[in-house]
Order: sequence, then structure tokens, then C-alpha cells
Amino acid sequence: MAGASGTLDLRGRSASARFEENPATRDNPWARRIILATSLAFFALFLVMPLAAVFVEALRRGLSVYVAALTEPDALSAIKLTLIVAAVSVPMNLVFGIAAAWAITKFDFKGKQFLITLIDLPFSVSPVIAGLVFVLVFGAQGWFGPWLRENDIKVIFAVPGIVLATVFVTFPFVARELIPLMQAQGTEEEEAALTLGATGWQMFRRVTLPNIKWALLYGVILCNARAMGEFGAVSVVSGHIRGLTNTMPLHVEILYNEYQFAAAFAVASLLALLALLTLALKSYIEWRTAQQGTVGDTP
Amino acid sequence: MVGVQRRILPGFGLSLGFTLAYLSLIVLIPLSAVFLKTATMSAGALWEAISAPRVVATYRLSFGASLLAAAVNVVFGLMLAWSLVRYSFPGRKLVDALIDLPFALPTAVAGISLTALYAKNGWLGQYLEPLGIKIAFTPTGVLVALIFIGLPFVVRTVQPVLEDLEAEVEEAAASLGASRWQTVIRVVLPALLPALLTGFALAFARAVGEYGSVIFIAGNLPMVSEITPLIIITKLEQYDYAGATAVASVMLVFSFVLLLLINLLQEWTRRSARKVS
Repeated sequence: MAGASGTLDLRGRSASARFEENPATRDNPWARRIILATSLAFFALFLVMPLAAVFVEALRRGLSVYVAALTEPDALSAIKLTLIVAAVSVPMNLVFGIAAAWAITKFDFKGKQFLITLIDLPFSVSPVIAGLVFVLVFGAQGWFGPWLRENDIKVIFAVPGIVLATVFVTFPFVARELIPLMQAQGTEEEEAALTLGATGWQMFRRVTLPNIKWALLYGVILCNARAMGEFGAVSVVSGHIRGLTNTMPLHVEILYNEYQFAAAFAVASLLALLALLTLALKSYIEWRTAQQGTVGDTP
Repeated sequence: MVGVQRRILPGFGLSLGFTLAYLSLIVLIPLSAVFLKTATMSAGALWEAISAPRVVATYRLSFGASLLAAAVNVVFGLMLAWSLVRYSFPGRKLVDALIDLPFALPTAVAGISLTALYAKNGWLGQYLEPLGIKIAFTPTGVLVALIFIGLPFVVRTVQPVLEDLEAEVEEAAASLGASRWQTVIRVVLPALLPALLTGFALAFARAVGEYGSVIFIAGNLPMVSEITPLIIITKLEQYDYAGATAVASVMLVFSFVLLLLINLLQEWTRRSARKVS
């Protein structure tokens, strides 16, 4: 889905111009007008309006209410927790993504395709179930429940559970960006480095890492956006304890359910800004890689 | 098991071992808990948990609204992908970048924002309610949220296939006397069919499990506007762990079947793309 689709062809012309200049691929002007108007109206209705509404509703009661909503202690602790959760779960999935992509793309072994499917599995599981599984394992009634209670360790309704649920839902992001790219790059460059006397670590740092840096960054950005914004899975394991186990999306929900709409949208607007920043960085990386022509399209 | 001749590079054992251990600890073992827990239930209790009228009503809404939303997205997603690839218009790059908004925007934010738009006094609701169209807090609201969530799946699967479609195919059709309309219906759309179906399946799979964007706008009335993920949470909050797990295992089995289907569809997309170009 995260296709880095290049919009320029080899001669730098935009692809759409190429289609519009060719009489065989040019649509009749009325068909063009209708298709363009319909799709842009749909785009405005379903994507632009919800985005705009977040900011308008956030500022409806004035800037002072907006700032107050973001600086009250519960909001600050929600922001802090969200940052902590992302700071733990993104690096975990980053290391995993590199390891998985290395094993899958640089070596041959049986069951590789099946392994790739398993890595993608968390994307097809409902976020609510992603939270539920950790309740079944670590909850009071769960497998390790009695043992955790005896040793006074809290996982569910505490930060470790939130981190685990977040790691689960963001599991595939880095791996799935790296695998198609590293598959296309093959193993020659690494083999050359080894032949020239590089150690394994030198080879990885000087050859592999520079080759995958943009795809890696791309995966990390998407992983981070989901980690900071995850709602369903985190909602199941958090326990919604104000000031302690509320992430930003959960804080938005609580404010909203208490009819503090301006405050809810104020916190939501921070998350919307994060989304816009994510999309901007994503477009930048796609543009960079299209320019360099080093990154193939990921299907 | 391992092709020895390829193992010149270091780190195979370490990276594969770590991958399998991490995958098992984070994903496979926790997921297996759902099935192991379900297996401890008696057949009667299991059947009762997954076939209670209130639960069946959630299946109907979740699956029905998800199918409808995916179908709407196929139509408009195709038009959007077509506009982005085939037409140049001002702001095209911005539109292209914003298509992924539903992937990047946290679902809870989308949920409260859509609710604000379609509520009685909202930007859109204030014009729709006098016409007798109620969207927020009805099953239609669920549909609206699922359309939002699923749109990028269709656009992003169709767009690259459309970009790679060789102009020669359409030139050939035109030179053989086909009208533009015939070319699109008989030549272009069949080439896009695998991608459209894949996009449909991806949007559908995502919509069935979606929670955050739906619960705010749905109203969550039992038997009317309650989705399946919500009933899992409701059961958990009532400490009915067995009931929640039973419904979850129904959803999981369904997701796995769908995942298999999507894999087959993607394989088909790849093969037919190769054939066309």
C-alpha cells in the first residue's frame, strides 16, 4: 500500500501529461471533467473536511482555551506517555525489521513466503483483538496473571501492556518496507565488501545501511505515526487511569465523552499535525528516492 | 533446509533466530491464547457466545457496512486513481499526498471529527437532518467512517497498476477501431480488475476490524449500531473473558481466510501486470 509511486518518467515529464498528449489514451473532455469533478468532490468530502474540522473545532473557543487544554497536567502526562511508548516500541520494531529483512532477503530457506505472511499478520488482526491477546496472557485471569500478582508486576492496565499492544499493531511496518527493496538489491555489494576484507559489522554499516536508509526512514515514520495514534489496542490494555495510563488518543476520548469538545479537539489537533508531518516526510522520501532512482516501487 | 552455496554473508543464524523468537513472543504466542482459551469452552457455551442475537446483529452490521464501504471505495477510489494518473490538474501532488491521510491520522481523531461533521449541528449534519437524513449515531455513520478508513487501500493498489499500463495497449485498441469507451471497458478495466479486487479485499479486511473511527459516530445501540469489535470490549468490561475470546476467535478465523484470499489476489495482480506490460 505504501507504494513509492514515482510521478515522473525517465525524461522528467509528468506521467499524466504523457497520457493527455497521446490521442489514444486521452479521454473526451466531458468524461474528463465529470471524473475529475466527482473524484475531487469525494476527496474533499471524505478527506479534506474531516481534517479541516479538527482544527476549526480545536480553535472554536479561542486560543487561550486551546493552549489551556494542551498544558493542563493530564494532557501533558498523556503527551509524555505517548512519546515514551513510541520511543520504546519503534526501536524494537526497527531492530526486528532489519533482522527479518536481512534473513529473508540475503539467504535462501524453506518457508520464506510463509514467514513474510506471518510478519504481515498483525495488519489483518482487529486492534481490539491485539489488545485482548495481551489481556489473555498477562491479565489477572491470564496465563501469567497469578505469577505477576505474586511478584507485584503490573503489565495490564500499566505502561508495559500499552507498549506490548503498540509493538503488536506496528509490528510489520519496518520489515515490509525493507524486504522488497533489499530483495531487489541482492547480495553482490555485501559480498564484494567481504571479499575486500570488511568485517560483518563494517559491511553492514558501510554498505547495507546506506543502501536502505530511505526505506528504513520511511518504515520508521509510518511505524511512529501508528504507534503514537493507536487507539483500539491500547484502549483494551490501558485501564484509562488519568495521568498514568492515558495516551493522547485515549485522552481525546475521555475529554470527548465528558463533552469538553474544544479540549478534545485541541489534543486531537496535535495528533492531526503529527499525521500531516508524517505525510509530508513520506512524500519527501518518495520524491528523493524517485530522483535517485535507487528505490524500486514497493507493491 | 538451507542452500549452503548462498551462505557467504554473515548473520543468518542470528537474524533468523531473532526474527522467529520475536515473532513468536509478540505475535504468535499471544494470538494462540485466543484459540487456546476458546478451546477450553464447552461447545454449547461457545455456540451460545457467538450466536446470541445481539452478537449476530453486530456481525451483520460489521460485515454489511464493511462490504458496502469497500464497494463505494472501489468506485470512487478508481476515479481518484484515474484522475491522479491520467489527468494533470493544479494541486495534484497535494491530493496525491493527502490520499494516505486515513493511514496517518489516528482513528480516534477521525472518529470525533466525522461525528462533529455529521452531528445535528455539524457542518454537514445541519443541512442533512432537515432533509430527514440522519448519519451520526446511526448505521449510516458506521458506513461513513469505514469509507474514510478504506479509501487509500483502493487508490494505492490501483494507482501503480494504472501507471504501469502501457499506452500501446490502448493505441492498439484505438487503431483497431475501438471507441474510447470500448477501449476503457474492454481493455483497461479488465487489466485493472485484479488490483480493484485486491483493493476491495484490503479495504474490507481493515473495515471489519476497525474500532477507533467507528465508535464515536456509531451511537453504539445494541442490535442497531453496535460493531463486532465493540461487543468484544463490552464483554471484557463485564469480565466475560470467555465470551469476548469466543467472538474474537470468530473474527480471527475470518481474518485469516481473508488474508489467504488477499495473498492469492495479489499474486494474480502481479501475474496479470506482467502479462499486460
